[in-house]
Amino acid sequence: MATTTTSESTSVLRRPMQTTGRWSFLTTVDHKKIGIMYFWTVLVFFALGGFEAVFIRLQLAQAEANVLSEEMYNQLFTMHGVTMVFLVVMPLSAAFFNYLIPLQIGARDVAFPRLNAFSYWVYLFGGIFLYSSFFLGGAPNGGWFGYAPLSTAIPGNNMAFYAMGLQILGISSLAASVNFIATILNMRAPGMTMMRLPVFIWMSLVVNFLLLFSLPIITVGLIMLQFDIGLGTSFYQASAGGDPILWQHLFWLFGHPEVYILILPAMGIVSEVLPTFSKKPLFGYSFLVFAGAAIGFIGFGVWAHHMFTSAIGPVARASFGLATMFIAVPTGIKIFNWVFTMIGGKIKFTTAMLFSVGFIAMFTIGGLSGVTHSIVPHDYQQTDTYWVVAHFHYVLFGGALFGLVSGIYYWFPKVTGKLMSESLGRAHFWTWFLGFNLTFGPMHMSGLLGQPRRTAVLPEGLGGTVELYNLLSTIGALVLIVSSLIFLFNLITSIRNGEASGTDPWDARTLEWMTASPPAEHNFDEIPVVEHRDEFWYRKYAEDEAGVPRPIPAGASEDHPTGEAGAAADGGEVAPADVAAGTQVGTTEADPAAESGEQLDAHALGIHMPDPSYWPIFMTAGFLPLGYGIVYKSWPIILVAVVWMFIGFYGWIIEPVAEGDDDYDVDAAH
Amino acid sequence: MSTATHENTLGVDHRKLAMWVFLGSEFLFFGAFISTFLLYFRETNGGPGVELFDIAFTSISSFILLMSSLTMVLAHNAHANRDMRRLRIWLLATAFLGMVFIGGQAFEFTTFYNEGLQLTNSPMSSAFFVLTGLHGAHVTIGIVMLLSTYVLTKTGKIKPDQDVKTEMVGLYWHFVDIVWVLIFTVVYLIPYDVVVFGG
Repeated sequence: MATTTTSESTSVLRRPMQTTGRWSFLTTVDHKKIGIMYFWTVLVFFALGGFEAVFIRLQLAQAEANVLSEEMYNQLFTMHGVTMVFLVVMPLSAAFFNYLIPLQIGARDVAFPRLNAFSYWVYLFGGIFLYSSFFLGGAPNGGWFGYAPLSTAIPGNNMAFYAMGLQILGISSLAASVNFIATILNMRAPGMTMMRLPVFIWMSLVVNFLLLFSLPIITVGLIMLQFDIGLGTSFYQASAGGDPILWQHLFWLFGHPEVYILILPAMGIVSEVLPTFSKKPLFGYSFLVFAGAAIGFIGFGVWAHHMFTSAIGPVARASFGLATMFIAVPTGIKIFNWVFTMIGGKIKFTTAMLFSVGFIAMFTIGGLSGVTHSIVPHDYQQTDTYWVVAHFHYVLFGGALFGLVSGIYYWFPKVTGKLMSESLGRAHFWTWFLGFNLTFGPMHMSGLLGQPRRTAVLPEGLGGTVELYNLLSTIGALVLIVSSLIFLFNLITSIRNGEASGTDPWDARTLEWMTASPPAEHNFDEIPVVEHRDEFWYRKYAEDEAGVPRPIPAGASEDHPTGEAGAAADGGEVAPADVAAGTQVGTTEADPAAESGEQLDAHALGIHMPDPSYWPIFMTAGFLPLGYGIVYKSWPIILVAVVWMFIGFYGWIIEPVAEGDDDYDVDAAH
Repeated sequence: MSTATHENTLGVDHRKLAMWVFLGSEFLFFGAFISTFLLYFRETNGGPGVELFDIAFTSISSFILLMSSLTMVLAHNAHANRDMRRLRIWLLATAFLGMVFIGGQAFEFTTFYNEGLQLTNSPMSSAFFVLTGLHGAHVTIGIVMLLSTYVLTKTGKIKPDQDVKTEMVGLYWHFVDIVWVLIFTVVYLIPYDVVVFGG
């Protein structure tokens, strides 16, 4: 947008107006660019978390090994967990939320574009803060669960970095959740009622409510941990009368909803991918939606199944065991819905589809091993063994990551306008599938044979069978490394030289495929009016008397699906490629860009978009001195941080969202 | 009123909706803290406990904070009527009452400290100081927001027809007051009654 700054800027910094080029990413408020930044940052942290995992596996490849010191092992397995949960899966979901929520609901951006940039930068600085601890005397080493009073007894600043780092990341997620909830509820295109929302949007909504209500609970736990470590309070000190399982309650009251925070976005993605490649509408849409919402509610009532071996009493054990069985019901409903979506469909096994089907299979295994935890006596046997490690990797890796990777393959053409290589994609899938099962499958067995988790050394006394299983796991981890490199190679070569994809390469169903690939800054030249669930599909196809979908030729309407010429009435299969290759069918919404071959910018179309801003990155940079100041208990540094953020806050509220637009400024970054 | 990007499906301003959503989260924040205090109010580790509470004094400062909700309503009402002069008076009055409350809290903390109830004594004292201290921090942020609103009406950044901005500050301020009602009841009155009078 080469707009001239006619009005005088009231802010101290000159308003950045650049919306293209690399540097524009620093100041962008465009939800699509922010989504892309999330994605690349996640890849870096995924590599770090992956290396940590490989070191863990090398240490455990044989009994009594000495590859890592015990202290180093503790730091690596803690940071592996923290990284994969808080710096990989959650922000990768956030990348999808950012990119897709406005596009799928027919909006031009999120409700608070600068707050969105704020969330990203807080995430980045929070990640840097956590990882800087490696150079400042040691990373967190008390497990990602950080059990107090153990974690308050560890000397050094390791767990202070943990407590502070997670609080910073929590601020990022909290700001994002407020933003996305407001966006989904309040910025839907005309006609986009709640029950016409794509399932991915529904799952996003549930996830963001879960974040909203669970983050404050862990924040309380972390603040108390911070005080115990830094100022010597006695929240968790059993010797002073503190409750030794208070932390466990607070942590898992957050931690169990967190599990659904990690998995529901992937479930949403799979619910978009399966119908598209099965050429069928989603089976039981409302069941899927309500099952997702039910998971959200019940998810807050099952946390104590992480604590069956703590002193919580038989009544609590029985009721939490029952609740845990109940939550399997809506999850099971979803799995049946996905399977019935595929049954009778014209399935096309693209890479995205392979990952989605893989998701269903792997997640089902993880779900079944999960239900075993609800049986309390059984849980007594498997607590703190590798059975649990196998279980949660099947749901988080086999579930969440498979679904998210499926989403990467599915939406890559939308983001870049190019196709990813399908042959490399298949190579990626099969190596990933093999490596994953080889790594985590044997852990079921070694766990049942008694291998304890969270220990730096594999004891020799467990026997040769357990050692063999561990060796297999390590080999599997190496296969996963190769697989990830295939993916990275595919990603980079496809971005450089991928085949052009057009706007709708998959013959898809939702609104984002109606606009250009990559979409213009303002997403839609004209906001679509929604009349159906799967709106885009109904603009392309009508059903004949037998219920078989027929493409609607350009100029036709649903009442006259064959158009004047009856062009597509020659029997035969629907040829989606022809339809997709043609211009937008249902010409009323035709994209001028598609016809003229060049994109008009928002300014030329008279669309008012928010302008870039320095303030989000400026203000969030203050979190670094704030974090270090609190960890090192240095009042001058804390004061600098507070003044810094105060200035940033004022710069932010004084600056209008868009130049010359004085009303639409968001009050504050809460 | 110049943007075409901002259409509200629910008919509510985005900012107001977001503030409500955010406050929903804040309730769980205080809820978890208050629960912790309830778990700990007897755990004094041999030191002083809730019997130190001066219920009469805290009742007065609670009343002052509650009255600030009234002045906040009057401020928003003035803004809705485009009466900027009264808006500024009531904003300052609200901020002043908030400051009196914070002053009372500082006095209370000092008194407790001198009587031997200190941050690191026991789970009870830690939970008390951190919970009420964080509430005080919320009130302080509210005072900063009130004074900022005051200044921004002077500079013309907040205009007579933008009473949604005052309303947002008001939502936050009322929330802080309501949470104090809960804290006063659940943290002060009930434990005091239980410990001193045996319930």
